[in-house]
Amino acid sequence: MTNVSVAKEDAAPTGDLVVLESVNKHFGALHVLQDIELTITRGEVVVVIGPSGSGKSTLCRTINRLETIDSGAISIDGKPLPQEGKELARLRADVGMVFQSFNLFAHKTVLQNVMLGQIKVRKTDKKKAEEKARALLDRVGVGTQADKYPAQLSGGQQQRVAIARALAMDPKVMLFDEPTSALDPEMINEVLEVMQQLAREGMTMVVVTHEMGFARSAANRVVFMADGRIVEQAAPDQFFSNPRSDRAKDFLSKILHH
Amino acid sequence: MFDFLEGYDLLGAFWVTVQLTLLSAVGSLIWGTMLAAMRVGPVPLMRGFGAAYVNIVRNIPLTVIILFTSLGLNQTLGITLGGGDDFDTINFRLAVLGLILYTSAFVCEAIRAGINTVPVGQAEAARAVGLNFTQVLTLIVLPQAFRAVVGPLANVLIALTKNTTVAAAIGVAEAALLMKEMIENEAQLLLIAAIFAFGFVCLTLPTGLILGWVGKKVAVKR
Ligand SMILES: Nc1ncnc2c1ncn2[C@@H]1O[C@H](COP(=O)(O)OP(=O)(O)OP(=O)(O)O)[C@@H](O)[C@H]1O
Ligand SMILES: [Mg+2]
Repeated sequence: MTNVSVAKEDAAPTGDLVVLESVNKHFGALHVLQDIELTITRGEVVVVIGPSGSGKSTLCRTINRLETIDSGAISIDGKPLPQEGKELARLRADVGMVFQSFNLFAHKTVLQNVMLGQIKVRKTDKKKAEEKARALLDRVGVGTQADKYPAQLSGGQQQRVAIARALAMDPKVMLFDEPTSALDPEMINEVLEVMQQLAREGMTMVVVTHEMGFARSAANRVVFMADGRIVEQAAPDQFFSNPRSDRAKDFLSKILHH
Repeated sequence: MFDFLEGYDLLGAFWVTVQLTLLSAVGSLIWGTMLAAMRVGPVPLMRGFGAAYVNIVRNIPLTVIILFTSLGLNQTLGITLGGGDDFDTINFRLAVLGLILYTSAFVCEAIRAGINTVPVGQAEAARAVGLNFTQVLTLIVLPQAFRAVVGPLANVLIALTKNTTVAAAIGVAEAALLMKEMIENEAQLLLIAAIFAFGFVCLTLPTGLILGWVGKKVAVKR
């Protein structure tokens, strides 16, 4: 695989990158995020798990302000999340996001998908953007699909393109919201492998997933959510072998025995 | 049998119809797209304006709008749209303006329907990449919306082609005005009507067929 520089090479190895302080959010009467306190350090891989409806996606989406919050504070690399406009767009470019449903731009080719943000947001010139896009596509193993449209690719390929699209912005942190949940079983591993490799290279990652194998092997920390709260957080070994809360025990017994 | 056509500029009249159609089509596509952008945008004032515009304009008969451009804008307010003292030019431009004002309401609604076919995830992914509102709209949402509504826009264009006949009301020398004149002067009522009907079908049928084909060709696969 081609060697493409990852954003963090020049970054300091430690320090708080994403900080959430007493974050609250409601959807109408539903209190989806309740006093969330979460700090993610540079280079850390945090896996977020929890039952359906516990607020994992919402938490993920508040970090790049796809969802607004009602109270509390979120900062990225020391800067508070801007309200709207140019500042917010710039911040979002620094936060890569990978969706469950891929969301590749349907009217653009795979190559154009990976070039668009570089050209329109980073103002990279076309030639450099294409070089980088092709290198990233090679890196995630879909280099030969560059001129196809998203609908012509399998789900696993589309998701890897989506990862390349996010990486093209040289993000400081990558958010994954159930990146393998919409995939056929035989395609899950090809996506997880790309994510494993990213983790090994030191990318800061927040991953909402039900893939416990990935959590065990790649995560530095597991965050367990239930009913809008962070109920427990621990290193993966500790969490899986010895969960402290009843909610976590209950949840683990359900998913591990299936 | 067609001797009576001598002395009438049939092609010239239809050429004016084509010009009215094309200029109005371009104008209403631009203004209609801007209205649609206002209606889906985040600014309440613009949303309100867009909604009010569409709901008022599409409920007023086109004849009233065209007469308003002539009686209201031109004769009362003295607006000539750069046409100088040439009444033919002024009336032609007023007619184009009226057709744009009217047709853009329908273009707006067609495009808005197209925007609704674009999954929200497309705009979210675009925002997540760091594109601003205008970029999300012009680079991601509108291109996909347009591809979804080529068919409906073709219908708007066909309606517009036929609606240009209303310009006769303010004396624009397009096909319908010539038809009226010929019917008054000649005894061939049915034949004249058939000739003009045929002329319009020649304009609108290919529009529908070609755009129908284009619509299939550019459709976004999901
Ligand atoms: N836009 C919205 N409007 C109203 N309610 C919402 C909205 N988005 C999410 N919710 C509700 O908020 C709660 C948390 O949703 P969220 O998607 O964050 O859960 P999740 O932990 O990601 O669940 P899953 O594992 O099913 O993806 C759910 O009850 C959901 O129905
Ligand atoms: Mg979710």
